[in-house]
Amino acid sequence: MKLETLSKKTIVGALKGDGLRFNVGGFNVCLSSSVPAVAEHLLSLYGAFDVLDNAAFIDFYTALEPPSKLRRYFRPQVNFSFDGYFFFKPLPYKQASAMFEWGLNWCIASHSHQYLIIHAAVVERNGQAFIFPGTPGSGKSTLCAALVSRGWRLLSDEMTLLSVNDGCIYPLPRPISLKNRSIDVIQDFAPDTVMGSIVKNTLKGSIGHVRPPDNSVAQYDTPAQAAKLIFPKYDKGSNTVLTSLSKSRALLKVTENCFNYNVLGFKGFNSLSNLINASDCYEFKYSNLEEAVNLFTELAH
Amino acid sequence: MKSLQQPILCTVLIDPKLALNLNLSQWDLLIRQARSANLLARLGYLLESAGLLNQLPAKALAHIMSAQVYADRFYIALQWEISCIQEALHSLNTPLVLLKGSAYFMAGNIAAYGRLFSDVDILVPEDKLPRVEDALIKAGWMTNTIDPYDQKYYRQWMHEIPPLRHLKRHTSIDVHHNILPKTTRFYPDANKLLANSVNISNDNIWILAPEDRVLHGAMHLFHEGEFTQGLRDLSDLDLLLKEFSTLANFWEKLLLRSNELQQQIPLFYALRYSHKILQTPIPESVLTASKQCINTTLMDALFLRALLPDHDSCNDKWTGLARNLLFIRSHYLKMPIYLMVPHLIRKTYRRVIGKELH
Repeated sequence: MKLETLSKKTIVGALKGDGLRFNVGGFNVCLSSSVPAVAEHLLSLYGAFDVLDNAAFIDFYTALEPPSKLRRYFRPQVNFSFDGYFFFKPLPYKQASAMFEWGLNWCIASHSHQYLIIHAAVVERNGQAFIFPGTPGSGKSTLCAALVSRGWRLLSDEMTLLSVNDGCIYPLPRPISLKNRSIDVIQDFAPDTVMGSIVKNTLKGSIGHVRPPDNSVAQYDTPAQAAKLIFPKYDKGSNTVLTSLSKSRALLKVTENCFNYNVLGFKGFNSLSNLINASDCYEFKYSNLEEAVNLFTELAH
Repeated sequence: MKSLQQPILCTVLIDPKLALNLNLSQWDLLIRQARSANLLARLGYLLESAGLLNQLPAKALAHIMSAQVYADRFYIALQWEISCIQEALHSLNTPLVLLKGSAYFMAGNIAAYGRLFSDVDILVPEDKLPRVEDALIKAGWMTNTIDPYDQKYYRQWMHEIPPLRHLKRHTSIDVHHNILPKTTRFYPDANKLLANSVNISNDNIWILAPEDRVLHGAMHLFHEGEFTQGLRDLSDLDLLLKEFSTLANFWEKLLLRSNELQQQIPLFYALRYSHKILQTPIPESVLTASKQCINTTLMDALFLRALLPDHDSCNDKWTGLARNLLFIRSHYLKMPIYLMVPHLIRKTYRRVIGKELH
């Protein structure tokens, strides 16, 4: 049963009670929260995900609650907890929904060493997965949102899950996180994009989350094969330039963008080598999203 | 909160085969309890050695495999760290006695499997301490604790110097000259431990003798004030006892040694609670011989709660109180009142004025 088929009252009730259990990509999450913005966040962005019953195995028990009732009126805060343990300092109450996304990122990145986890957006068209590793300012999420708005399948915006067992990329089609100016850029580029409420004044500035397409969510258990590894760089006013990158340089560059390369050791190196052998590698400079999307769509033919 | 009952984790640690009877939500709870007790990788190892890994539900297996990948990486780092310490102390011609996790690892004890920890603990003769510290600092370790009060406190009263941290690798080493603080009421003679230690390489690496390794684990756990990893430490004792029980005269040596080192009470607790919580096979005669004049009704009420996983599903309404009382007990055992009161006043004051964060 899809989350959006539940009434708001049911969702709020579950969040305030034993927790709302739902499926996010290959992970089952249980979330408890009395924060109204969290219910809104789920309703607007997670509607296409399946709700789970009590018999399901839950991977991550999470909660977002204010640290103390006393602070409800004076600089209110919210805490993220993972199965009763607090790993982070609290954030301002208004950032609860962003904190859920960051907290869940952390849960997955810290407990899923069956995957080599690359800090990269990954989208798919015609059976080919395009991986865009992201350094700050690279514009990976903007590119990802733009491609997805033109019918590409969203595999993941934040973390590329490369299985060390079969070399496939496993989908994690969660909301795409856009920062600051990218929010307006995508709203102009694809006015139909569904976005949750904008969270302002976070450490990363303003954050807006884009709802993943229903099709991408529905294919959450269909892995994809890597085809292209592209290091994007947004450069104001530049032409659209795609330059081939040697496999050895690509390997070095991508290791810097992994969350758990050091944990995986040989397995990590082998997985990355296989990924790079199977992919064409490029550096990409752009400022015009339309041109970028057209170029990649052609490349995926 | 639920009433106190055997956690699923203990059931499976006692008999891994019983894991096959679990339904998915019981697996979910097992994984959570194991993670909160820092026993997830060890659980994986025990299931693997029982040949059960391929019969696990995929969801549970993923968490276990992930923990095992992490543990495998940890062993490589640990091996490297030990070799760096060995190298740094090589020229001193002093035996380097590894303690606890590093010792289990180098000895190839089953208790090393899935045991993840952050510090390497070593024991050196007290008169060699300045030279050892000097050699480690020359090799890149630095002291963490810069507060002069803490420095003085460690050096005057503790069984170790302030922890050292490596500048580049950020790894920690605790250099001990004894295994309990000097202020503890029953304070063992470190020379007896050193004299009984065993060389495990052709080089300068030594570990405590099997019975001393058990006693050290017992001393540590039953002087401890925080039990977040209590079940992990109890599981270490369980695995060590099972492994050593096949050695000739092990139980006799263990009992005798507890007298020599004045550690009869920690041994009594170790045998009692590993038998009660993890059903460690201990001969009845040994359990009887280890008995001490202790109010077991009270201590059972405390330890049978505090030694369970630090997870909401394992707590009852008395668990919090039990942990707090044991915390106070630990200070009482390790420090006489005339030292403890000024120490706690000072620490509280510094915390209030914000000079200390822990």
